[in-house]
Amino acid sequence: MSFSFLKFRKIPLAWLLLTRQPLRLAVAIAGISFAGILMFMQLGFRDGLFDTSVTIHKLLDADLVLISPRSKSSISMSGFPKRRLIQTLAVEDVEKTAPVNLNYLLWRNPENLKTRSILALGFNPSDSLLLDEGFSKKAYKLRNPSRVLFDKLSRPEFGPIEEWFLSEKKVETEVAGKRVIVEGLVELGPSFGADGNLITSRETFLRLFPANPAGSIEIGLVKLKKGSDPELISRILNNSLPNDVRVLTKNQFIEFEKNYWKNSTAIGFIFSLGALMGFVVGCVVVYQILYSDVTDHLPEYATLLAMGYRLKSLFFVVAREGVLLALFGYLPAYFSGQILYSVIRSSTKLPIIMDADKTILIFVLVLFMCMGSAAVAMRKLVDADPAEIF
Amino acid sequence: MVKANKSKNNVKNLKTVSINNLSHFFGKNENKKQVLNDVNLNIDKGELVLLKGPSGCGKTTLLTLIGALRTCQSGDLTVLNNQLNGASRKTRQILRRSIGMIFQGHNLLRCLTAEQNVQMGADLIKGLTYLQRREIARNWLSAVGLEEHHKKLPNDLSGGQKQRVAIARALSANPKLLLADEPTSALDSVTGREIVTLLRKLAKEQNCSVLMVTHDPRISDMADRILNMEDGKIYSARSELI
Repeated sequence: MSFSFLKFRKIPLAWLLLTRQPLRLAVAIAGISFAGILMFMQLGFRDGLFDTSVTIHKLLDADLVLISPRSKSSISMSGFPKRRLIQTLAVEDVEKTAPVNLNYLLWRNPENLKTRSILALGFNPSDSLLLDEGFSKKAYKLRNPSRVLFDKLSRPEFGPIEEWFLSEKKVETEVAGKRVIVEGLVELGPSFGADGNLITSRETFLRLFPANPAGSIEIGLVKLKKGSDPELISRILNNSLPNDVRVLTKNQFIEFEKNYWKNSTAIGFIFSLGALMGFVVGCVVVYQILYSDVTDHLPEYATLLAMGYRLKSLFFVVAREGVLLALFGYLPAYFSGQILYSVIRSSTKLPIIMDADKTILIFVLVLFMCMGSAAVAMRKLVDADPAEIF
Repeated sequence: MVKANKSKNNVKNLKTVSINNLSHFFGKNENKKQVLNDVNLNIDKGELVLLKGPSGCGKTTLLTLIGALRTCQSGDLTVLNNQLNGASRKTRQILRRSIGMIFQGHNLLRCLTAEQNVQMGADLIKGLTYLQRREIARNWLSAVGLEEHHKKLPNDLSGGQKQRVAIARALSANPKLLLADEPTSALDSVTGREIVTLLRKLAKEQNCSVLMVTHDPRISDMADRILNMEDGKIYSARSELI
């Protein structure tokens, strides 16, 4: 193996050509990194925004989720009969169920008395709503009427609730024109549709929103027994239940929400366009660098042709230059991306993370960018005429 | 040396270069201009031939044709047993590996050290490991007396040193024919003579034929044969048309 490698080993011409002018190489790397960072940012924002739309969805303690077929997303949920949820208990694998009401209600900021729309979840305090284990301890406080748990990650426009609560002050305000008492804090996070969240009992929820029929819920959570297959059970339930309800696995429920934001809004398009701009900028930079590199070294390439090197092997030299530029440009982009992501996470609370998808996708894009530009720059190589150098 | 080869003159295969009625034109239609007119030329194995003539007489065109850098238009051009009239790109490219070339400007790769430049020639030899090819490059660099400068870039070498590196590079791929186009024109007379002496010595050792185009009268005495070229025709030193 090492022997045959030695046979094919050649002088690293591509590397030496690139590093001959360190300043130009630095400019090239800066340009490619910039394009990479731009793509990381745009795609990061896009994915981050899609992820925020499902912050609550991900936290729900459920294997299957029942929704109304008329529901399009968390900002437009329709109700369905609670009976359907109870009917699921007929399937042996279903361990327990939890009915949940969900709607937007007006929250009054207790400090400046301005109202703002907040996402309210109503559930039975004895049921399990969230995966978070500490949550059930707080939930029992909701047994008293007019008590709510406030999401401390909500935007500051809802008032200094956390601060007041922690300073042992009784936090009272109005939701939908009725008095409520903040009985605890939870950690959910704002999303696309909701600037803030609150959790309350179904009983309180129905008092705050009396127009909601008592037997109607927006979300039905189903917990399955250990070892059962959620896909299979959801199929069984979809077949056996009437058409006024839709059964999704938890992942399908998350995708259902993301798809709404991807397909029914301009967000995906805007950020993908931004990433495309980064790609185009990168292409132009790499093309400029490789083209001037080939032009500069044209007599030398011609000399190599005169010595008996194949045009193809010169193409490979330019291609290797492209690969090297891609690698050198991508690494700083990746690390800057990590830093910028953490800055954005701490300042906007958007869940922007460097996942494998983005890491690989952007590397492939950068590589494609460099190789594409190299392929165009190669056309200049055809001008290298060995007969002209004598 | 010349006499030794003369006896084999009638065996056609042993000629390094054999040219019969070679003509070449530049341009098209009314702009067409003949640069080579019925050229006949033979170069024997190991022979050093000097080609003189005023500029524009077609010397360089002839050199590029023999070097398989240009397509042959009419006539018979055989280099190292390859008929180049009608030869494919691929044939010409492979043939070029057996032909060393030394240019007026040294044409070294600016990004490579002296040793790496020589190795670009040695890298064309098939079946050797990287270290073996580097060894060859080192040896050729010592042969031209530059072993101490092997790490230097072309920009840090003098004109004579660069031309020595170019000679080492041209010889490192074991060529059977060396083409040199005014290798001394950028050098002072002493260095120029030194370079040609070295070139001649190394070529003779390798039994490699040399065709050198030059204006330089100071090196005439080193040639086995001197040819003159004028208006696309070749004459012997005594001005006989051949």
